[in-house]
Amino acid sequence: MLRNDLQPAINGRGRRVGRRLSMKCQQCEKPATFHITELTGPQPQELHLCETCAKTYLLQNEGGPAAVAPTLANVLAKQLKLGQAAEELAKLDQRSCPQCGITFYEFRNQGRLGCPHDYEYFERELTPLIMNIHGESKHVGKRPQRAAGPSGGTKLIRLRREMEDAIKKEDYELASKLRDQIRELEK
Amino acid sequence: MSGLEELANRCGEWLRGQGPQSEIVISSRIRLARNLSSFPFIRRCSETDRVAVEKTFREAIAGVPQWKGLIYVNVASELSAIDRQFLVERQLISRELSEASGARSVFIDAAETFSLMINEEDHLRMQVMHSGLDLDAVWEQINQMDDWLDQRVSYAFHERLGYLTACPTNVGTGMRVSVMLHLPALVITQQIEKVFRSLPKMGLAVRGLYGEGSQAMGDFYQISNQVTLGRSEVDLVKQVAEVIPVIIDYEQQSRAFLVKESRKDLHDRVSRAYGILCTAQTISSEETLHLLSSVRMGVYLGLIKDLEIPTINKLFIHTQPAHLQKLRGMNLDTAERNVERAHYLQDHLRRRGNGDLGQN
Repeated sequence: MLRNDLQPAINGRGRRVGRRLSMKCQQCEKPATFHITELTGPQPQELHLCETCAKTYLLQNEGGPAAVAPTLANVLAKQLKLGQAAEELAKLDQRSCPQCGITFYEFRNQGRLGCPHDYEYFERELTPLIMNIHGESKHVGKRPQRAAGPSGGTKLIRLRREMEDAIKKEDYELASKLRDQIRELEK
Repeated sequence: MSGLEELANRCGEWLRGQGPQSEIVISSRIRLARNLSSFPFIRRCSETDRVAVEKTFREAIAGVPQWKGLIYVNVASELSAIDRQFLVERQLISRELSEASGARSVFIDAAETFSLMINEEDHLRMQVMHSGLDLDAVWEQINQMDDWLDQRVSYAFHERLGYLTACPTNVGTGMRVSVMLHLPALVITQQIEKVFRSLPKMGLAVRGLYGEGSQAMGDFYQISNQVTLGRSEVDLVKQVAEVIPVIIDYEQQSRAFLVKESRKDLHDRVSRAYGILCTAQTISSEETLHLLSSVRMGVYLGLIKDLEIPTINKLFIHTQPAHLQKLRGMNLDTAERNVERAHYLQDHLRRRGNGDLGQN
């Protein structure tokens, strides 16, 4: 998908396409109007192309594996670099959700969250990301008719995880205690 | 697997070729992403979790009285690679669901207007699809389906952010509205990029035939909403619905232009396409899609007179790799498929006198 409005935007293919002025196309002599940053490779790669060459380039590159996760990860990486010192970032990367156990590092690598509770636990980092993606921060659509039990739900996520861990460690006493708690909550 | 064999001989909803504006609009589709509140999102699910999520939805779906007689397909255990590909070609499951591992399944209604994918990127992805331009009815149907399930399970929902999804790009409504268009004249006149370039400013995205990352094969394009948060479902439907008549109009103008300015060239192009399809001895699915696209337009413009749209729609779907193999009843490699495809096309496009090839 081509985007050439002034505000750079990330498309679904791990590629940033923006438009700036006064530059020559890298493949011909025409003015470069498309500025493409490939975000899928190991290093971001910059390309400055005219409309015709950009079209050919982008069409050529269609059809590879979809790359939504790295795209998101890259938006996030940029956002974090702007706001944080390296040590702060390292600390943030190691923070893990108490319910599902996902670390922030895992999220920004895979672009997928671990459980509903992450939206609260990583709220500070997610809020600007969500604004970046949607331009809005508040849901105005449909709501479930059946109100979900607020914390009972995500607590189950933690208990089940702990139970599986206990079984792996062959701590069956702890496992059965956890199982009872889970059953109680599932009622 | 009985259900699938039956599906193979039919055309499926998305290529039924009827409904409003079906000359250019192939299908209208809406999908909703939903997650259970008490399980991790899919990437963090253990196999035990996946099995429990699958069971929760299976039981909830079984409890909906209106859903007696749905086709249930256990994608994880009983499905061959060809059968999975077959469902992808029919747009009943996503490539993600097809290629994942671990417990996962899909429920499909007999008319193929909807499917409920369990353990895709989110715990539940439901989609409704109608032939032609029919977004309001699609929304009404999927909204009702969502209500039925909502009474039986507890969704992950956040007061401020709405429905919570594994990927923050889907949070809020969890809704993707897409309309599939057939735009051969805009491609020939090279106007297509111009049209598409204006779409992001309107919050819309363009994808190829099989969704994210797929190529625009056979001049089919899907237009869908970009954002899912901060707008109501009805607004999102409207956002997509408003631009479709404009694109239809462009395509019709381009067709009229081609007929007026280069009727001979156009007539030549569609006739050659028809000729190749009728006589080729071996042909790839890409080339077939490409040529059928020309022929489809030729029929609508009255340049090809001895062929009907339903036949073409049927060929679009039946010549795809998994369909071809299911119809033939055997596994075929690429080269064998190309020969089989050519035979299939010959059999259906011109009356073969001796009938010694192909058995469809």
